[in-house]
This record gives sequence, structure tokens and C-alpha cells, in this order.
Amino acid sequence: MTGSMPTYLGMPAFPDAARAAVANSQLRRNLTHATTAIRTKRARAVAELGDWEDLRQAAKAIKDHVLANLGTYLVRLEENVTKAGGTVHWARDAAEANAIVADLVLAARGGGRVVKVKSMATQETGLNEALAERGITPIETDLAELIVQLGDDLPSHILVPAIHRNRAEIGDLFRRTMPDAPRDLTDEPPQLAAAARAHLRSEFLSAQVGISGANFAVADTGSLVVVESEGNGRMCLTLPRTLISVVGVEKVLPSWRDLEVFLALLPRSSTAERMNPYTTIWSGVTPGDGPDSFHLVLLDNGRTATLRDPVGRQALRCIRCSACLNVCPVYERAGGHAYGSPYPGPIGAILSPQLRGLSSPVDASLPFASSLCGACYEVCPVAINIPEALVHLRARSVESQRHYPERSVFKLSGYVLRSPRRLAAAQRAVALSRFVAGRKGRIRRLPPPLSAWTDTRDAPAPPPESFRAWWARTRGGAS
Amino acid sequence: MSTAREEILARIRAATGVPAAPAEVDAAYAALPRGYLRAHHDADIVALFADRAADYRAVVERVGIGELPGAVAGVLSGVSRFLVPSGLPASWLAALPDEERVVRDDPPLSALELDKVAGVVTGCAAAIAETGTIILDHGPGQGRRALTLVPDFHVVVVLADQVAADIADALALLDPARPHTLISGPSATSDIELIRVEGVHGPRNLHILIAG
Repeated sequence: MTGSMPTYLGMPAFPDAARAAVANSQLRRNLTHATTAIRTKRARAVAELGDWEDLRQAAKAIKDHVLANLGTYLVRLEENVTKAGGTVHWARDAAEANAIVADLVLAARGGGRVVKVKSMATQETGLNEALAERGITPIETDLAELIVQLGDDLPSHILVPAIHRNRAEIGDLFRRTMPDAPRDLTDEPPQLAAAARAHLRSEFLSAQVGISGANFAVADTGSLVVVESEGNGRMCLTLPRTLISVVGVEKVLPSWRDLEVFLALLPRSSTAERMNPYTTIWSGVTPGDGPDSFHLVLLDNGRTATLRDPVGRQALRCIRCSACLNVCPVYERAGGHAYGSPYPGPIGAILSPQLRGLSSPVDASLPFASSLCGACYEVCPVAINIPEALVHLRARSVESQRHYPERSVFKLSGYVLRSPRRLAAAQRAVALSRFVAGRKGRIRRLPPPLSAWTDTRDAPAPPPESFRAWWARTRGGAS
Repeated sequence: MSTAREEILARIRAATGVPAAPAEVDAAYAALPRGYLRAHHDADIVALFADRAADYRAVVERVGIGELPGAVAGVLSGVSRFLVPSGLPASWLAALPDEERVVRDDPPLSALELDKVAGVVTGCAAAIAETGTIILDHGPGQGRRALTLVPDFHVVVVLADQVAADIADALALLDPARPHTLISGPSATSDIELIRVEGVHGPRNLHILIAG
């Protein structure tokens, strides 16, 4: 069963949303500025480790091993979290997860307010809206999430949800919406950070309930790991009496030792740091230190449906670093909102349609929101072959849309590509189609059903001889 | 009606097939490729730790073990009141002029009370040279987690022999049953234009004394 995730209200399919975003020159400037800076820094941080590729392959192997044995590791995680004094809940979908969390919050008598650490899982389930419906006020404490919440905006990046706002826009927002902001607050980032610190301080100190996600959950020790920068995570994980963590089932790692791989890969890939400022690791409850009640909510919401697809399931290896967003030419121009989901960019284009299913126009269009340039695959710290998954999902999207001409072309090309003999014959036939090309060597119109392609674009005329035929004839020019 | 747990586990079985026996799973895990290095440096890892921690704008000082009490007193000289967790070696505080500014977490202070204390001085469980990271396991001399979080100034003593070359060696020293905090520099954010800025919710000043 696929899950549910809020599609942003009235969200058009990707091409329409992207067209509007590309016309917003301020948005494009902000995105280009931020992603260009982080690309350079990430490359430097990665180059520092000579064994990056070995780390990457180890991470891929560990995650694939977990996915192949997911049930075993989840049961082991449950056992060890319980042994350490935590309570484990299971949620089939977003609504079930939200209900579990809301019930726990109300039972904890937290005065109707909860402090939250940035979490993709609770973005995905729309937890904040669900809590508000039950009379609970969620307070986002991550700086970028706070910017999004104060501006009544939507997140547009996995790591930096307010990446579409520059410092001047954030300064305006704080002066307008933060009653306790200093009167002479400027747009300088250190001043903006200090304003956020002052604004949230009393919330942290009086919070009774904290809600988080987790970057990793270690099966053999029952440990949860949250990686962060600001210290808002430490505040939410440590000061409240009750802690609730909502974690996707794919976040489980077999063993404590695996952290040596993922703590090396994640900070360098996401913020281009050797290590992020703060990482909190805990298992269950520790008497006299931190919350005295800990609840882990294991979330499916379409993950097991994704697991059924042998090609698409690699998206479940994702550790949410956002390196693929930062290198993507499509993301850089269209921005995160165009993807219509909390998961934007290349990973979003393969994750959202699998978690939600391909039935809506936005999800059916997402696998096409890419030029297949492959930069995302190259930077992915868990080696998710995003282009491969995109092409695979395009075929599934076409199937589900019953788009017959394209479907028959996919089928035919599969048949042709499976045999070298058939391919050679087809290439000879295609070379003959040169005779329908126009003067500039472009084919303007093909006969139906191929006219579906040439209705909206020209096709280049094929060369007189295929590469394979040329190679067979000349051996690449060798005598 | 099946429970959510049963149903999710059934969906997983439907996707991956019948689960392998635990011993087989463990054997497959043990055979996973781990071609990466356990450490990226071996020479003078204490100097490397000092450099890398300073890179993230922690203030780093190296002192001889005999100079430690004087260095601790010096760092704390301008701090109005500071927490001393139980189990901190008394010798580290031997050069303090008096006990007047010392705050003890006994009985445990509320978060609001902790917020009125300017600083905290602790030891640590281990440190990582490659990344400039200190690791607290919140055992004796380190205090419960809130003590090193709420006050704005954290002074941490790292003994030279606590410095591990890399992440793998450091993690192997720890007891996973304990809570842990990994700290690399003062609190920071990259949330505005993806540029790192120091000083958000965690301590804005981190002073590391490397002894020995």
C-alpha cells in the first residue's frame, strides 16, 4: 500500500509549477547563490578523504542489506529500544502516525505546546496540521523551519527548507512577525541567528514534550541518532520530560559500528563539514538525564510499497543529505516548491511518486523533472542511481497513464535492444529515414504514432551509418 | 483485524520474501565490504585534533598536565558563575581562588535555573582528531546532558590520550547504552544562504583545553 503525504494545495504538475518558478528571478538568484557556494565546499570536504568511494560503497551495501532483511532488523530494533526503557509504536500511514503522536502529546499534559526538531518524516505526514486540529501548538525550532513557519511558507529544500529566501527577506520577516526581535535588527546572518535564539529560549526551557525524527536507528543497541547544527535538536531531545521520535522504517542500521560509515558521509555531503556541530545519540531513557518517557513511532507510509519495486527501492537508501538537490540543474532553476512535496529535487522526483503512488498529475510528472545528466548519482553518498530509477519510473508512469504510443515504443525498443542482430537491422532502417529530413538536417514531422514526439519538438536526422556499423567497418580508424 | 505491527511486517515479507534465519542475516552482514580506512591519519593526532577543532572556531589551548589547574582557573576568571559536575577531578580546580562562583547540580537544577548560570567545565569521554570532535558520554565529570547545553560557555578538558585518530576508533571506545553528545565547535547554522554562522541555541563559546 502506498502512503499519503500532503501534496501542496492546488499543486499543478511539475512543468506548470516550474514554469512559474523559473520566471521568478529573485528565487533563481537565491538558489544559484546558495547551491553554487555549497557545491564547491562539498567537493573540497569529499576530496579530503581518499577512501570516499569505499565509504560510499560500504554505505550502499549496508543499506541494501538492511532493506533485504528489513523485518529482522525492525524487530531487533524494537526489542532493544524496549529493553532500554522506550516504547515502540508502528504506524501504517501518515494518519495513523499523527494520531499516535497527538494521543501521546495529550496524555503527557504538556500544556498544549510541543517543541519540534526539523524532521522530514513529520513534514511528510503533515504532523503540524494534524496536531493543530487536536488543539496542540507545534513550535518548529530549526532556524529554517522557523523562517518557513513564521512566513506561512512551504519548505523548498531537505536540509535548508528556507533556501529560497535570502537574508534581506528573512530580516524583513523577523522584523514583521517576531514581537521580541530587537528594534535595530539588521539582515546580517549572525544577528538573525541571535534573534532566533532569543525568540525560542523560553519555549525550550519550559517545554514538556519534544518531537523529533532521527537520522539513524541502530538495531543492535536500540540507539537513535539525531545530527544537527544549532543545538535546537539537543534542546528538544534533552529538556522535555516526554520525547516522541517519528522514524521511517528504512532508517534502521544493523549495528553501532555502522555509524562510523554514515557519520563520515552525512555531514560532508550535506553541509560540507567534516562533522556537524552536534550529534545526539540515546537509547531508551537514562534515569536522571533527559526525558523520562521515550516513544519511537516506526512509520511505513508507502515505504513497504516502495520496497516491492526492485529498481525503485534504492530510493530507500537515502540519508536525506540533499547533495543531489545542490548539484541539480533542474532544481537550481525550478526551486523546491515545483516538486509539490516535502522531498524536492532529484531524490524527491523518485521518492514522492513511489511513496504516494503515481496516480496524481504531479506525481506522474515528477519522474520527468530531470535532464538525466547524472550529477545527482555522482554525488550521492549512498550511490542511489537516480537516473536509472527515473527512467524506470517514467516507464511505470507511462504505463499508469495508459499512454499507448509511448508504451509501444518502450516495448519495441526493449525488444530491439535485447538482440545485437535486431539492433543492427534497426539502425540500418533508421539511417534510411535521413531522406525525410528537412534542409537543416532536422526531422519536423514523423508519421503517427511517432508524430506524438515531433508535434512538440524536432528530431535530429540520424547519421548515415551507426557507430556500431562504423566501428565494425573501420575498427575506429586502426589499420 | 491485524495490528499495525503485524501488517507492516507482512507487507515487508510480501516485498522481500520469507526472512532469512537470524544467523544467516548476521553472516551476510559480517561479509559486507568495508574497504574504507579505519583512520585517515596516524602521525601526531593530538596536533591534528587541535587544528581541526580550531577550524570550527572552538578556542583551543594545549597545556602540560601540571599546568592544567592554572589554565582552568585562567579560562574561568571572567565567568560569573559556572557549573561543576560531580566526578570532575578536584585537582583540575586546585588553582581557583575560591569556591564562591562554583554551582553544583545537587539537587538537580531546573532548566530555568541552569539558564542563569554562565558557564560549565567538564571532561569528556573521547575526542576525534580527523573531525575536531569531542564526545561526551555524560558520565562522571561530564554531567547530565542539560548541563553542557543551557549555559552559554563550555570549557572542556581533553586529556591527550583520549584523542582517537578517527570516527571508527572513537566509537569503538564508547558504551552504546549511555547517552552521547558529539560536539564539533560552538553551535552554528547554515540555514541562511547555506553559509555557516556560529552561535545559535547551544553554547556560543567552546573552549577546549588539551592536557598532556
